[in-house]
Amino acid sequence: MQSLVIVAHGSHLNPESSAPTYDHADTIRATGAFDEVKTGFWKEEPHFREVLRTVEGDEVYVVPLFVSEGYFTEQVIPRELRLDGWDVSAWGSDGLSADQATLVAEDIDREVRYCGPVGTHRAMTDVIVRRAESVTDDPDVGEGFGLAVVGHGTERNENSAKAIEYHADRIAERDRFDEVEALYMDEEPEVDDLPDFFESDDVVLVPLFIADGYHTQEDIPEDVGLCEDHTEGYDVPTAVEDTRIWYAGAVGTEPLMADVVLERAADAGADLGTALDDVRETTRVATGD
Amino acid sequence: MADQSPDADRETDDDGSPTETQAADSEPAVPDIDLPSDAFDAVLDALGERADPDEGAPEPIRFEGFAVAVSGGDRADDADARYVLDPAGDDPRTGLSERELHAALAERAPAVTDWYAFERVVGEFGPRRAFLRWIEDADGATVAARYAALAEGIERAWGQLRVTARVTDRGERRYDVRHADDAGVPIDELDAHDDPLDAREIVKLDEKGRYRPLKTAPTLRDGWVFADLGPRDAYEVVETVYPATVANWHREREGDLDVTHWRETMERQSGIYGVVKTWDRGEGHEHVNWVAEACCDDSQCLKRREWEYDADTELDVDGGDGAFPCREPCSVVVSAARKWTRLESEQPRTYEFELTPSEKEQVEDIIDAVADGRIDEIREADTKEGANRYRARFLRAKRFDDEGNLGGVPTDEDAEE
Repeated sequence: MQSLVIVAHGSHLNPESSAPTYDHADTIRATGAFDEVKTGFWKEEPHFREVLRTVEGDEVYVVPLFVSEGYFTEQVIPRELRLDGWDVSAWGSDGLSADQATLVAEDIDREVRYCGPVGTHRAMTDVIVRRAESVTDDPDVGEGFGLAVVGHGTERNENSAKAIEYHADRIAERDRFDEVEALYMDEEPEVDDLPDFFESDDVVLVPLFIADGYHTQEDIPEDVGLCEDHTEGYDVPTAVEDTRIWYAGAVGTEPLMADVVLERAADAGADLGTALDDVRETTRVATGD
Repeated sequence: MADQSPDADRETDDDGSPTETQAADSEPAVPDIDLPSDAFDAVLDALGERADPDEGAPEPIRFEGFAVAVSGGDRADDADARYVLDPAGDDPRTGLSERELHAALAERAPAVTDWYAFERVVGEFGPRRAFLRWIEDADGATVAARYAALAEGIERAWGQLRVTARVTDRGERRYDVRHADDAGVPIDELDAHDDPLDAREIVKLDEKGRYRPLKTAPTLRDGWVFADLGPRDAYEVVETVYPATVANWHREREGDLDVTHWRETMERQSGIYGVVKTWDRGEGHEHVNWVAEACCDDSQCLKRREWEYDADTELDVDGGDGAFPCREPCSVVVSAARKWTRLESEQPRTYEFELTPSEKEQVEDIIDAVADGRIDEIREADTKEGANRYRARFLRAKRFDDEGNLGGVPTDEDAEE
């Protein structure tokens, strides 16, 4: 019996924090690729500490819905899941290449496949592009547009910036957008100065965050100048100086994120049948005609 | 467990088990059960699975009061197979054809459908199986007693949930799950759901639309029902409303609940929560008593606190009466403890300001009203209440200076200069 456990941060304050996790779990559940799909949280229930004991299957894949390798994926989750003998070297990662480690979870005395976070998977690049398509409502968006991939930056962990750069570089190589830049909230180049980094009249701003919350709904819109105060709201697009900014909100809310969760499990050995194709198809942006 | 329903005791004991009131006067009748073909086929399948040509006579399937086996050497999937029915304390009936076996099992349909319900529908998974068996006391009561009770409807409390189990005339279990406050309300007056995952939306906000960060807080809103569920879906609803509570309850019943006490939990914390371990200074556990009184009381959380200060030091406050255990300080407690660790590092100071006796009591009333979640109950014009809004505004107008300092006394002495 094959089980998927999606683990995410969750929130004590924001009721919508868990929404993307539930949505992606539902998308994957509908494919029938897993006998069960469970969700566990750091700040909600079931907690990381107790989620595995709710799992019935004997082949368990744990996929962290986090944007980068670091404190949560390397320390908190393995500790709270009680993965026996965990050491970050099990992933053998350079900060971007964590794939999976097979360890016994002491809580249930069964092996689990502990996967790398969704945010550093190569398929995440496609989600960022898909997010740009969604917010512009144009499945061919690219020509005449710049794309800003925005992350938190180095607070606590340098891998956060690595993931942003990785995806920005991969998108730039595709020559789809006129310009692609990696920008940060708390380090240079800063998202506050977004118009300075682009020549294009239109720029899609995609924050590499899992859920909408304080950073994506208050910080970034105010810092970029989409609004004076987040409570006023903002239009999409909003002109700042001479740049029309298409603010996408957290990339993690994009339905195609379910695909990255599946890719992580597949890389760790899960048998998915046609689920990957199914999810790519069902989450597409409708063409206008 | 703080059961919110004042009528709860009429139907359940303190531990949530059904009372005997139904059976006291007239023994309810065992309903007529038709043996469905899927249950009979499952019996044949199970007999087939047990037949191993190399192992000699296969193990019989044991039902309550009798057992069934394939006659020696025959195979259950063979149309000519013969069967043995072995009633306890009576002579076995041998050489039964499949048709004769069906007739014999149809006469014993309650026991056969009971086997089918738990072995094939509910399945092996420990927490789910134990919970659904507990609902109808399947490890204590006879099939006849349970089917009679199920025909009337068996009700169980689980936190603020009311689970009702019934049996159909084909021996299938069906369940309703609703808020305890909605016990007895007709289904068509409630918001009906059938997908257990719908419960995620129900548990998100309380009746005033406020986010519920703690799923086991006694603030579950009412007005909904999951009606006519199968066993697995019933379990999923309960698991979604109160995640992992069944798993922990099951471990506790099995005698292997893994309790992690306060000190161990705080020692484990890292990052921004790492500071909480400094709150324990080897000066006793009074601060943890205060935490448990603040956060873990039945009025705040329906889990029964089983964790203590450490394995040798029990807290002095009650752990509550909940059906399901709390095995370690939760993330809400750890987050609050982080705040208290900082606040409690301050040294007390002596402030001097004047209050009338009534004003002192009013301050106490306000703290009580907030702590007990009563502020919404205090009527706008009820100025007898110290925590009444006009009373509070009057006190502020009289006793606060322009900077918001009580009695005009700055919080920080240095701020005076």
